[in-house]
Amino acid sequence: MTAADVGVKPGKANFLYDARVRAIAYQIITAAGLVIFIAWLTNNTLENLEARGIASGFEFLGHPAGFGVPFSLIDYSEASPYKTAFYLSVLNTLFVSIVGIVLATIVGFAMGVMRLSKNFLISRIAAIYLETFRNVPLLLQILFWYIGVLQLMPKIRSSLIFFDNVYVNNRGIFYPSLTAETGFSAIPVAFGLGILATIAMRIWAKRRQEATGQSFHTVWVGLGLIVGAPVMAAIVTGFPWTWSIPKLVGFGFNGGAVIVPEFLALLLALTIYTAAFIGEIVRAGIQAVSHGQTEAAHALGLRHGVTLRLVIIPQAMRIIIPPLISQYLNLTKNSSLAPAIGYPELTAVWAGTVLNQSGQALECMAMVMGVYCAISLSISGVMNWYNKRVALVER
Amino acid sequence: MSHTDFGQTPAVFEPKPDLPPPASTVGLIGWLRGNLFPDWFNSALTLVAILALFMIIPPIVNWALLDAHFAGDSRAACKPNVQIVKDKVITQGELPDGSTMELEATADRVVVPEGVTPNVRWTRKLIEGTVRATGREYAKVEIEQDVIIEGACWVFIGIRYDQFIYGFYPKEERWRPTVVIGVGLLLIIYMLTDGMPHRGRVAMFLLIPFPIIAFFMFSGGVLGMPHVDNAKWGGLVLTIIISAVAITGALPLGIALALGRRSQMPIIRLFCVIFIEFLRSVPMITILFMAMVVLPLFLPPGTTFDQLARVLIGVTLFIAAYTAEVVRGGLQALPKGQYEAAEALGLGYWKMMRLIILPQALKIMIPAIVSLFIGIFKDTTLVQIVGLNDLLTMVQLAVTDAQWIGLSKEGYFFCAFIFFVFCFSMSRYSMYLERKLHTGH
Repeated sequence: MTAADVGVKPGKANFLYDARVRAIAYQIITAAGLVIFIAWLTNNTLENLEARGIASGFEFLGHPAGFGVPFSLIDYSEASPYKTAFYLSVLNTLFVSIVGIVLATIVGFAMGVMRLSKNFLISRIAAIYLETFRNVPLLLQILFWYIGVLQLMPKIRSSLIFFDNVYVNNRGIFYPSLTAETGFSAIPVAFGLGILATIAMRIWAKRRQEATGQSFHTVWVGLGLIVGAPVMAAIVTGFPWTWSIPKLVGFGFNGGAVIVPEFLALLLALTIYTAAFIGEIVRAGIQAVSHGQTEAAHALGLRHGVTLRLVIIPQAMRIIIPPLISQYLNLTKNSSLAPAIGYPELTAVWAGTVLNQSGQALECMAMVMGVYCAISLSISGVMNWYNKRVALVER
Repeated sequence: MSHTDFGQTPAVFEPKPDLPPPASTVGLIGWLRGNLFPDWFNSALTLVAILALFMIIPPIVNWALLDAHFAGDSRAACKPNVQIVKDKVITQGELPDGSTMELEATADRVVVPEGVTPNVRWTRKLIEGTVRATGREYAKVEIEQDVIIEGACWVFIGIRYDQFIYGFYPKEERWRPTVVIGVGLLLIIYMLTDGMPHRGRVAMFLLIPFPIIAFFMFSGGVLGMPHVDNAKWGGLVLTIIISAVAITGALPLGIALALGRRSQMPIIRLFCVIFIEFLRSVPMITILFMAMVVLPLFLPPGTTFDQLARVLIGVTLFIAAYTAEVVRGGLQALPKGQYEAAEALGLGYWKMMRLIILPQALKIMIPAIVSLFIGIFKDTTLVQIVGLNDLLTMVQLAVTDAQWIGLSKEGYFFCAFIFFVFCFSMSRYSMYLERKLHTGH
């Protein structure tokens, strides 16, 4: 309601008390302060860099890195440039995060459901798991698995042996690996085709159900397609691979592949820690669906399994997914605790080794933070998209 | 069929006493049937769970309590006081070609010296071994051997306990941190207890004068207390200092950022959004690295800043971003009518915030702030990576000490126990508050 509405001429109010003028003044002051502050920082930085004789810029990316890493998904040696080390570290971060996310989701959902079990013992065990691992710092858990468990495994000569060909010792888990031969590429192609066929079938089944009311066993047929297609491909191409089996030679193993303890410790700790949080989220989500929903579904004559699948889970998922995704984000960010045990991911390699070697502190930190920002922004983008899709449509 | 006799007084209906509930639904059996064996699937689950517990719990209890060493003043107290001798035994060996032959092998035997009560237990175990026989041939043998059951060495924790709690703080000055943390804890409990007078004033005291007094108590150099350099602060005390400073600094900052994010002024809003979202999207460890290696570059040449101060600034800014989101949640939870009513009363922005909005918003935010604090408390362990001696670092230093090597499990268990006690009690408190504040249906 302004003065004009009631027909009173506005008096000459003090210019300083006008809210709009004030807002503009505050903002100009903030912006100016910020600009001056940033200019001051830049000036200091330039002076400091000059005093220390550091040339800023990204030329160092082409120089040879000169350090080795215990775990790599790409071709990398000490002679590789820093650029390769960067790709390697980003890949390692993504790798441990993705494997961790998959495992933590499985363990977390299992624990959340177990927590709600009517079985006293099962629900107690889940409760103890959730409370214990949520309340102990992640770094402590990483160190415990690495130093307290994996490094205390037997020495290489007295490895624990499982299934005759899997060796567990303080240098990791050595297991037989596949070497692809010609024709191997048919298997992943068949796998992809299986997934595509499943998606197509799902769309068809949904249309048919909407039109005729007949349902279709999408899950079983889909599983058959996804598993069956690669198996068929393998049989048709005559199993185009050879096994490489680890053999103890001298002080190490020849052949096979290895999971290094650094990776294993980080993965175990991240999985167990995050799964405890996911378990709580799942429990809260399922409990948030009111009991009336179950009763209504039963009254409609739906069986228990169908009620769960068509009524409870879709509603619980709407509550579970947003905090679940922020846990995924936390897991990815928490993988940065790797410097404590030397798994070569982004922070350990780039903010640790490379920063110390090259002295390019600003560039290195900017790259590390840039990558984490990019990961976070893309994950929250996915989350916003999902939230919009499942948001309640109210009349 | 029947006739009614009006002359008689009508019979009074007297209910018979209730039958007792079926025996299978009450008491121990009822509980077992209801909770452990309601159907075949749950019965199977129960049996599997019992089996798993049976495999996990006894070894842990044996290690941590029954076979553990509690008394003593050095590592020697945890060493077995029995002797192990190599005994020659004759055993059946299997040669590589499948034939068997008698072989001589050595096996460990425990011998208790006279007049000694053994401080360990041992069992006889069947062990597979490879034996070199007649030149270069290997044969597989199975020998029975005495194996000492390992127990925890809590003596180690007892001896290092003071260091775990106080770090390298001088022995005769350790009363200072104890007093500060004790008084701080009492004040916090007072502030959080319902119905106590002057709770607001206590809160203000905790927010501004208390940290200053605490700083002088820790650092010394006044009132005849000798100066203690902050490089010597450590252990659990440092963990508490970092988390306490972070939350006290982050609360006002976070409130300011949250108000800025909800403000009508685009430049201020933009700045707050960028600040909050940037800090929330990077891991805390990168902020610590920034504080260690990049912050010195940003300051005028020649400025020196001690390590603890840099870490505290980094952690506080980082937590402020998370606090801002908690505060924003609290502000959004208030009905719009509160804002409108305050404006209708003619209150300005700051008066409205101070008198109407923030008191209500802060109250509903307490559970979330407690959860945030639990997170900070656990995250302080990261300062290890930049070289401060918090509780976990002190444990790390102790377990890598040559005298105590191989006792990492004891160290980690102790550290985990301390963190668990703190975090678990805080999370219970937060749940209690949530229930208390949940005034809905």
